[in-house]
Amino acid sequence: MGKYIGESVLRKEDPRMVTGEAKYLDDIKIPGMLYAVVKRSDYAHAKIKNIDTSEATKMPGVLGVWTGKDFEDVNPMPCAWQAGGITNNANTPRVLEIDKVTFTGQGIAVVVAEDRNLAEDACSKINVEYEELPVVVSAEDAIKPGAPQLHENAPNNICMEWECGNEDGTDKALSNSDVVVKEQLVNQRLIPNSMEPRGAIAEYKSATEEFTVWLTSQAPHVHRLLATAFVFGIPETKMRVIAPHVGGGFGCKIFLYPEYCLVIALAKKIGRPIKWMETRSENFQATTHGRDHSTQIQVGASNDGTITSLKVNTVANLGGTLSTIAPGIPTTLYGRLLSGTYKFPNIYCGVKGVYTNTGMVDAYRGAGRPEATYVVERALDLVANKLGMDVVDVRKKNFIQKDQFPYTPADGITKGLEYDSGDYEKPLNKALEMFNYTQFREEQKKSRSEGKYLGVGFSTYIEACGVAPSAWVGVGGEGWGAGLWESANIRVHLTGKVVVTTGSSPHGQGTETTMAQIAADELGLPFDDVDVQYNDTLGTPFGYGTYGSRSAAVGGTAVFNAVQKVKQKALRIGAHMLEASADDVVYEDGKVSVKGSPDQAKTIQEIAGAAALGYSLPEGDEPFLDETAYFDPPNTTWPFGTHICVVEIEEETGSVKVKKYLAVDDVGNVVNPMVVDGQIHGGIAQGVAQALWESGEYNESGELMSGSLIDYAIPRTDCLPNLELDRTVTPSPTNPLGVKGVGETGTIASTPAVVNAVIDALAPFGVTNLNMPLTSQKIWNVIQKKGG
Amino acid sequence: MKISMKVNGVDYENDIEPRTLLVQYLRETLDLTGTNIGCDTSQCGACTIHVNGEAVKSCTMLAVQADGATITTIEGLANDGELHPVQKAFCENHGLQCGYCTPGMIMASVDMLKNNPNPTEEEIRHGLEGNFCRCTGYHNIVKSVKAAAVSMKGGA
Ligand code: FES
Ligand code: FES
Repeated sequence: MGKYIGESVLRKEDPRMVTGEAKYLDDIKIPGMLYAVVKRSDYAHAKIKNIDTSEATKMPGVLGVWTGKDFEDVNPMPCAWQAGGITNNANTPRVLEIDKVTFTGQGIAVVVAEDRNLAEDACSKINVEYEELPVVVSAEDAIKPGAPQLHENAPNNICMEWECGNEDGTDKALSNSDVVVKEQLVNQRLIPNSMEPRGAIAEYKSATEEFTVWLTSQAPHVHRLLATAFVFGIPETKMRVIAPHVGGGFGCKIFLYPEYCLVIALAKKIGRPIKWMETRSENFQATTHGRDHSTQIQVGASNDGTITSLKVNTVANLGGTLSTIAPGIPTTLYGRLLSGTYKFPNIYCGVKGVYTNTGMVDAYRGAGRPEATYVVERALDLVANKLGMDVVDVRKKNFIQKDQFPYTPADGITKGLEYDSGDYEKPLNKALEMFNYTQFREEQKKSRSEGKYLGVGFSTYIEACGVAPSAWVGVGGEGWGAGLWESANIRVHLTGKVVVTTGSSPHGQGTETTMAQIAADELGLPFDDVDVQYNDTLGTPFGYGTYGSRSAAVGGTAVFNAVQKVKQKALRIGAHMLEASADDVVYEDGKVSVKGSPDQAKTIQEIAGAAALGYSLPEGDEPFLDETAYFDPPNTTWPFGTHICVVEIEEETGSVKVKKYLAVDDVGNVVNPMVVDGQIHGGIAQGVAQALWESGEYNESGELMSGSLIDYAIPRTDCLPNLELDRTVTPSPTNPLGVKGVGETGTIASTPAVVNAVIDALAPFGVTNLNMPLTSQKIWNVIQKKGG
Repeated sequence: MKISMKVNGVDYENDIEPRTLLVQYLRETLDLTGTNIGCDTSQCGACTIHVNGEAVKSCTMLAVQADGATITTIEGLANDGELHPVQKAFCENHGLQCGYCTPGMIMASVDMLKNNPNPTEEEIRHGLEGNFCRCTGYHNIVKSVKAAAVSMKGGA
């Protein structure tokens, strides 16, 4: 490839972030700005009988106190991804709830004051009278007869029932299998905890009826669309949404939250700019959570380890109300991934999406795919265990072979999508070379005799990135209420400097750098001559934003395609300047030259200058090099790889130490290896954390027990080992860059590798399954019960 | 209440409410917004600065407690436009992604390296355990600090 693609170019983003110059939402101050603080429900399920705001209103510095009744004219938040082809009993939050709350921490009133402290003081003086209702927090309990009912339109608390695959065929195959393993797998609730919590600032200009809104957002165009067209019923053009520097998202900043719209509504009501910034405690309660599946699996296999059938029944907890794309996560992004890297001939997946009195559950890094990978990779180990076979042998036996691509999984579970490209043994073999498996098994045996418990776990996963095409995922298909293409505009200014604008909305992924690499290489210009602008609906083409590991494969390709258009025009203008025919010139290394006479050339800077001046252009051409491309991929991309985790368990305490973590990922071509590895590191940390430490826990009355960084154990520096990474490269045929996407890979792959390792270590105690998180207490109990 | 302190080499004197946290004073009164806030339980370390040369979580202190102190924040770390070796090392080793934890992480690292100019990997991991990062998995943060230690020795 070129000079920059494939190189670890240092990030354009970093200098402003290491100096404190980067402005995050809470760093923005607007003259006259007020502060909003939200009063949140103290109960998980209750009727709101009365809200007494009189004392709060009289507090110093208070501009006013409002409740849900003051916003009856504001529509509820939209649910923009309802599971495709079926009825979804949707219930979404309002800016402030009016009559009833369905989880602790829902907004019910708001104070606006001159400063944050005064607003908080006043908020504590709001008196709410509730009528408590019975509470249900587990999704399995919520669908039992007699359970408390949350919403009138959702009998038995069921939002939707979705399925894919062939149930009869799978049942038949199960009954004909030599062995069948049944297990209950719990994928516990996680709380994303981007280090920057959520916030919003809104300003309203009454003369023009225009809003400017700053949001902690992964998708400013989507936020604008949903807020204007669905919540407020105003023209999209009357709102500008800016995502300033965003301090991480991991999914939780995709969604249109009630507080965002509340601040917008208040800015108009009061006529002054308003900021709202949540505290970490509020973030725990009111920002979306992830995962929370309870799953029954049945996996059938022949005695030789060939898997014949996989049946999966999942109850997915969606929380008290639906977040923006909640129903799409445990359906499309989960069920359609259940063939993993394996040629399972029979598959069925049934999902119930359920309301409970808990915080909203939506996409969290990986979103559905980690849950699917967990099921598949645990299933492989369960079968190996049952048959007394090696876990690597069982994987190899069931792998889709490299000559089978493009591969369509059985029973239509991908609904027509095919795996684009793959060679699953390659990363596995590479990882085994790096690891020395045979030697490990010997060490393991030896260490057991010394009272030490070592275990190894594998995850030979697949995932899906840049989910597409729009027609497949959209309303007529999977139910996503929009498209999933991405946009890019390229302008080559008179000076030869390039501005790329993109509808992607990076917030830590380094996309500013990788897109500049793509544009610089393709144009043949220095990297520093390319500026990438994003995160503002003013000045960027409409785009869907950054999530689902889509910014390289979809957004990056839009950049690539826009550059091709620029080059086409540059060829015409260059030929005109060289007095040659457009068929006789070529574009190479930033120059248009006459074929065979490289000396007769015009640089892209000269051409850009001529195009910008417009003094002499080819017949029919307009001035300026300015092109936009919208890329709708023909398929999702399908990265894969092998993760190996080695753990050691201390018998006396049950504590797990990750001794070694090794990952060989195949994410297609790599634009910036440093950035790609960084994504994998971060993803692995979150996946390991799910396996061992993190869990969003509610007590029976619906109070969040893991509601702070003290009680919810995100990994610290000293929790993780050094990570060993390598890669294989199987380009994706779905885009000209051959990239697949990497943002979620680490999270998707790692969790089952760690759990498989712990179960392997505990084999002497007869353990075949344990549910996450595998805390020392849980393991200690197991050792006490079964050991000795 | 009147307080005075020297922040990044500049003397300030302000009248503030006694309950103002040091981090609030820096961010809201002095508009030094490079120091971030990531939690309300003194866990995350995003707000780490130097007070009289020692790393401190600035959300754990009232501004009045820092009356008379000399303070350095991330904005004051570079010298005449020349990045501090730790800042440089974070850029060169991809020690940051979203950058939200980064000011605190860098301030904590600078302090750690002052007390232990030649830390082992374990000492780095232990030394930074009060600073959370959700993006990097810490791998490249550790690498950055190691690289900074080497370059600072070379420079000294
Ligand atoms: S803001 Fe989290 S420790 Fe200070
Ligand atoms: S870089 Fe995002 S939290 Fe550390």
